[in-house]
Amino acid sequence: MSDANSDDYEKAIHSGGDVASFEERHRAPLERLHNFLHSYPTAAPLMVLAASLVVFGAIADNFFTPFNFSLIIQQVTVIGVLGIAQTLIILTAGIDLSVAAIMVLSSVVMGRLGVTMGLPTGLAILAGFAVGTACGALNGFLVTRFKLPPFIVTLGTWSVFFALNLWYSDAQTVRSQDIDATAPLLKFFGERVGIMGAQFTYGSFLMLGLFGVFWYVLNWTAWGRAVYAIGDDKEAAELAGIRTDRILLSVYAVGGFVCAVAAWIAIGRLGSISPQSFYEGNLDAITAVVIGGTSLFGGRGAIFGTLIGAITVGVFRSGLKLAGVEVLWQEFTVGVLIIVAVAMDQWIRKVSS
Amino acid sequence: MSVDTSVEPILSGRGLTKRYGRVTAMDACDFDLYPGEILAVIGDNGAGKSTLIKALSGAVRPDEGEIRLDGKPMSYANPLEAREHGIETVYQTLALSPALSIVDNMFLGREIRAEGFAGKYLRKLDKAAMRRFAREKLSELGLMTIQNIDQAVETLSGGQRQGVAVARACAFGSKVVILDEPTAALGVKESRRVLDLILDVKKRGLPIVLISHNMPHVFEVADRIHVHRLGKRKAVVDPKKHTMSDAVAMMTGAMEAPPEERTDN
Repeated sequence: MSDANSDDYEKAIHSGGDVASFEERHRAPLERLHNFLHSYPTAAPLMVLAASLVVFGAIADNFFTPFNFSLIIQQVTVIGVLGIAQTLIILTAGIDLSVAAIMVLSSVVMGRLGVTMGLPTGLAILAGFAVGTACGALNGFLVTRFKLPPFIVTLGTWSVFFALNLWYSDAQTVRSQDIDATAPLLKFFGERVGIMGAQFTYGSFLMLGLFGVFWYVLNWTAWGRAVYAIGDDKEAAELAGIRTDRILLSVYAVGGFVCAVAAWIAIGRLGSISPQSFYEGNLDAITAVVIGGTSLFGGRGAIFGTLIGAITVGVFRSGLKLAGVEVLWQEFTVGVLIIVAVAMDQWIRKVSS
Repeated sequence: MSVDTSVEPILSGRGLTKRYGRVTAMDACDFDLYPGEILAVIGDNGAGKSTLIKALSGAVRPDEGEIRLDGKPMSYANPLEAREHGIETVYQTLALSPALSIVDNMFLGREIRAEGFAGKYLRKLDKAAMRRFAREKLSELGLMTIQNIDQAVETLSGGQRQGVAVARACAFGSKVVILDEPTAALGVKESRRVLDLILDVKKRGLPIVLISHNMPHVFEVADRIHVHRLGKRKAVVDPKKHTMSDAVAMMTGAMEAPPEERTDN
């Protein structure tokens, strides 16, 4: 059977279009769907999102209101931005369990310097950015220099960063009114604008902007192509002339920086700065990436998939809540969604040849 | 011999030695590649072929000896530097990224940046130019049966992948192309196409180093055969004067090459 196939294949090469188009017509619908999903990694998540909108629109009252949508967007803003960092790293076939810890540490630094110590707010924010970038770079350094698995490195730094943040903050929350009094700029991204009954925060716009920026970077720059190539086959990328370690280190550092940006947004979202906040943010970010169709094995996926993934989780939570379902079933559903998404990915990654 | 060996070799090695601990992988090995030829390198497993090839492609630094490119002594720290000097290698693994498109793969690590502000400050790639160039190179080598150069490499057959890797090497290799076992993983018909491709590349004037275990393939395309044994070049033989079994015998040491072709004394 396989011999006969390869003969046909050679014929196809020599005789050009005819044989190929003959094969085209005989493709099974399932195979066509497979090829479609393979070429468009955001297609499957988009379908899931569309289906969930239809279902929740039908079963939950007040679901299809501008206000509810803006609420969903507000709720996913911080996780969405963390998801950008996570996507970059997962695309390289890595994983970062410490994203939320980096974010909280950065926000604590911003709060301590800007509010408690009374430094100029701009300086405090820059210091937060520097700390986030340094944390990411440390992860990258451990991954590239000592060839440690990213899972283990970031599992370790998750605890390390979390402990540092408890130490540096004295486990104290910076109160909302103190921020308002000394460094209101820290809450800038929590400010809202009303558009047609919907309430959007500046943070939501920043999130969308960041997705746009990283879409451009991943698709239109050599760095972005290298990120995909490294995740796909690191050895091949190295032989093809990509300085893989340098790129990897930069991916983790950029990821850390994005987490620090998420920190600024999170201060606006929460209103206060708590060292105990977003403890599950690491996993939520991974959830958004996975539901967004990016492969945990690296090299495949799209940044906007993560936005879709984050919104899908938001839609499920909001829809189930409005339908009067208990919170524990929200968790249950999100869990099922993750498993389905990864199973889909496994299936899609198999190339039909 | 059809190759003019009176001119200066384009790529040569003298007294190349590489030791790994107590093992001498390369023992005062010589090497010569002349303009416009296909030089096959044959040798038994463990003879040190790959060490020689790695030394020539920059992946291994010899402990002793000298490599000359166009008569100038060369010393590359890594394959990238060798590439910058016009030596391209197609590895047995091909070094292609399966999920990326043909165009992306051809330009991996040396993308073309757009002109003006976008290219300089936003580091934007000139995708149109890269597509144009890739299409041109693939058609020059008769590979445009690949209809869509934006399709992922993993959707291609083994022969087509080899074709893309060879096209990439030829597009950027200005001096020398090294092919490591290009037909080892292919079926009969796909091998045929790759051999034609190799002859095509030769016609275009690029000298080729072909490492292969496949004697029929070697005898079909090679102008000269470098016989490698025990870490050094034992002989350089003319495929027209010897049979395949002679070559295998020389490779394994069962037979000595005629004195005029021996190079180890």
